[in-house]
Amino acid sequence: MKTRVFVTLKNGVLDPQGKAIHHALEGLGFRGVNDVRAGRLIEIEHEPGISTGELEDMCRKLLANMVIENFEIEQKG
Amino acid sequence: MRAAVIQFPGSNCDRDMAVAIREVTGAETSMIWHRETGLPAGLDLIAVPGGFSYGDYLRSGAMAARSPVMQAVVAAAERGVPVLGVCNGFQILTEAGLLPGALMRNAGIRFVCREVKLTVENSQSIFTSRYSAGEEITIPVAHHDGNYFADDATLDRLEGEGRVAFRYAEDVNGSARNIAGILNDAGNVLGMMPHPERMIEAVQGGSDGRRMFEGLIREIA
Repeated sequence: MKTRVFVTLKNGVLDPQGKAIHHALEGLGFRGVNDVRAGRLIEIEHEPGISTGELEDMCRKLLANMVIENFEIEQKG
Repeated sequence: MRAAVIQFPGSNCDRDMAVAIREVTGAETSMIWHRETGLPAGLDLIAVPGGFSYGDYLRSGAMAARSPVMQAVVAAAERGVPVLGVCNGFQILTEAGLLPGALMRNAGIRFVCREVKLTVENSQSIFTSRYSAGEEITIPVAHHDGNYFADDATLDRLEGEGRVAFRYAEDVNGSARNIAGILNDAGNVLGMMPHPERMIEAVQGGSDGRRMFEGLIREIA
């Protein structure tokens, strides 16, 4: 079983990397980009027995820093 | 006085820190590997040094904060043992929950490696008693992730309780309210991005960091 965890910065937390990417896109001539936020994708291969609660626990204890980040869990069969 | 310096794979200021502690305080200083589950008995100071522990994988300090030795460091800090975290050590202490907030990528994206001017905000702590409040000192920084972030309520609490130990006298990395170093609520844990251990004698370009270690002898030995 595969689960994807998306870790993103909370709203209101400045994202210098997103800003740099935004500027680079503008530098390449792409127009109409209003904002860029960079995050992280973590793919976890695991036994089907692992519950959503356990996956959330993994996110809170290690995968995301809850001071600055949010997480979203996407499960696939 | 007995001190310990924690070593993680990727630490690179561990020996400088040990030299500073030994030279200035004369403490018997042991190096403790990250896989240790316990610390020597009777420690008067634990230093979590700078570097790039575990390659800064996931987030700076994130893996180190979950290493076996850090459980022992957290327990010791909760018993009141003084803990000094510098640079990556500061990042590790926030990730371990010993200090509030987080250290994010520098606002200017670039790695900053230079001497900076700091203002001493609190001269009442065990780490800063040899400085005067409001004094300006020069200490080097060398970091990519030193941009201190905490929510406004936390920042207000830190300032209200005198827990901002040092502030940058100029904008260095985008840190909230120019915070360079903070104390925990009990005052026995200090985390700071600048490196006092790199400024202990004139040959290093200055000795403004020396007084931190001199203060520690006076306060805890």
